[in-house]
Amino acid sequence: MSQTMTEQAMSSSVATAFASAVPALEVRGVNKSFGALQVARDVNLTLERGARRALIGPNGAGKTSLVNLITGVLKPSSGQVLLGGEDITSWSSAKRARRGLARTFQINQLFRGLSVLENVCLAIGERRGESYNLWRPAGSKAAVIDEALDHLNSLRLVDDALRLVRELPYGRQRLVEIAIALAQRPKVLLLDEPAAGVPSSESHLILDVVASLDPDIAILIIEHDMDVVFRFAQSITVLVAGAVLTEGSPQEILADERVRAVYLGQEADRSHG
Amino acid sequence: MAESNKAMSPNMTPNVTSSASPAAPAGSTTVQAARARAMEFMANRHRFRAWELLPWLVAFAAFFIFPDRMTFGSQVLIMVLFALSLDLILGYAGIVTLGHAAFFGLGAYTVALGAARLDWNEPISGLFAAAIVAGLGGLISGWFLLRYRGLTLLMLTLATGIMLMELGNYRSDISGGYDGVPGISFKPLFGVFDYDLYGRTNYLYVLVVLFVIFLLVRRIVYSPFGQTLTGIRENVRRMHAIGSPVHTRLVTAYTIAAAIAGVAGALFAQTNSYATLTVFDFDTSAKVMVMLVLGGTGRLYGAFVGAVIYMVLEDHLSKMSPAFWQFGIGLLLVVTVLFLRRGILGLFEDVAAKLFTRKAKS
Repeated sequence: MSQTMTEQAMSSSVATAFASAVPALEVRGVNKSFGALQVARDVNLTLERGARRALIGPNGAGKTSLVNLITGVLKPSSGQVLLGGEDITSWSSAKRARRGLARTFQINQLFRGLSVLENVCLAIGERRGESYNLWRPAGSKAAVIDEALDHLNSLRLVDDALRLVRELPYGRQRLVEIAIALAQRPKVLLLDEPAAGVPSSESHLILDVVASLDPDIAILIIEHDMDVVFRFAQSITVLVAGAVLTEGSPQEILADERVRAVYLGQEADRSHG
Repeated sequence: MAESNKAMSPNMTPNVTSSASPAAPAGSTTVQAARARAMEFMANRHRFRAWELLPWLVAFAAFFIFPDRMTFGSQVLIMVLFALSLDLILGYAGIVTLGHAAFFGLGAYTVALGAARLDWNEPISGLFAAAIVAGLGGLISGWFLLRYRGLTLLMLTLATGIMLMELGNYRSDISGGYDGVPGISFKPLFGVFDYDLYGRTNYLYVLVVLFVIFLLVRRIVYSPFGQTLTGIRENVRRMHAIGSPVHTRLVTAYTIAAAIAGVAGALFAQTNSYATLTVFDFDTSAKVMVMLVLGGTGRLYGAFVGAVIYMVLEDHLSKMSPAFWQFGIGLLLVVTVLFLRRGILGLFEDVAAKLFTRKAKS
């Protein structure tokens, strides 16, 4: 089916029911190795529309690598990535992002020398195709600023809108990460440890924000805090040494002996030892 | 919501309207205030400030104060334009290049060869031709080179400049080799204003070209496109992640900068009535980068401050000590890079900011 046909089909309400049967994101048999190190072994993963899935696993399991494989920062050695049923394996990260695949980074990747507002406006400008304009002053379109403020408002960042990102406390910067991703109006959102490096007194705000995101967005969250995982996720995928160990509902994962052995046990060792 | 309230209010009793406004969400007034502040902030980014007149007034005053130094004055303005073109890619997009002289040279040779070999002596159309040739050079080389960054890009741009120079040397039958293209002359501007012996007409000509191109660059820098260049400089990974076609953006900026450098080169050839292969030299690329770093990168007027200081210092120091003058430039560069990270213009900004806050307090 041609691309325009697909888009037309997506927009018609008759086809919506059909479209919802197509997963928002699908990873099929993806492999990736750097020399002897295999970071992904035949990984299969599906996100339905509006999914709330957590990706967990011990350090070095390849969670961030998987996000990089999905977003096109890394190219898989073999296997496929599908976005809304379309094979995007050969697409650049930028093209994937333009088609509704957004991510946040485990370590902040922000425009530190720009204001929070400008950070978000950049993402909006790219999405609306306005960034090709060489002549009109940036920020002369009220619609862009209004939308940016909407996103900032929903993340309680409005009061920081005009401050430079590098002047914000780290926890607030983590919220800017999410604000930029939301400004892309994603269909699929990959959150790579959104509360990493944030003191627990502030991490609640971030996790509240994550919990209240648009239910239509399919979300994959990488998170170490098991309380968060079990509160947020409807389903969990456990990754060990680049391979999917198991997946299921939080209750199933909690009851799974293998998961306890490789992951929860390790966590327990760490907290007790 | 506020608008619909206003529209409906004539049909309502005053009582209803007044009781309706407190019922609005408590946050709405602060959101409105935030919106107003955000609009103001974004509008302020590109608003002309009074001090921006200063460099132009100085340039114009120089015309009357140093009537016998106008050729030197033209050289300074040409270097300002050249440094400005570098600022667009180095200061805004963060492209580090040591091959920018290639485009300066392409522009210079376009008008020099046009005048010497094709009798194309009309100066203004010559500038356009130079912009097109140099811009094409930027487009083609940028398409290949801008996939790389950092040291690799630095070496590739450097090599491109060297190769262009050697190409000119190899085909010295066309380029005139290291002897250059001497003794070219140009028609009067608009067929009316002839070049005088003291270069006064030429100075004003260069100043007007600089002014027009400066307005163009200023416009670009503050456009949404210009914002994405800053974004690429600040964090290229994030730019990919928000769907920005980074390579296309960089090539576009590189092409524009190359075209402007070409115009600067064309003005150089027109001012001096000659062009030699030294315009392609690594020295020229390094010099313009030093100027920009001295003045301050990514702030438009850094090109003005840096080029003027460099050229005037060079002029004075080389008279004082022909063998040793570069030491002074070197020393200034060391001090700037170590202590004035935002260049000499950054120092001016800091001083001005201190003065203004002190005034505000007292």
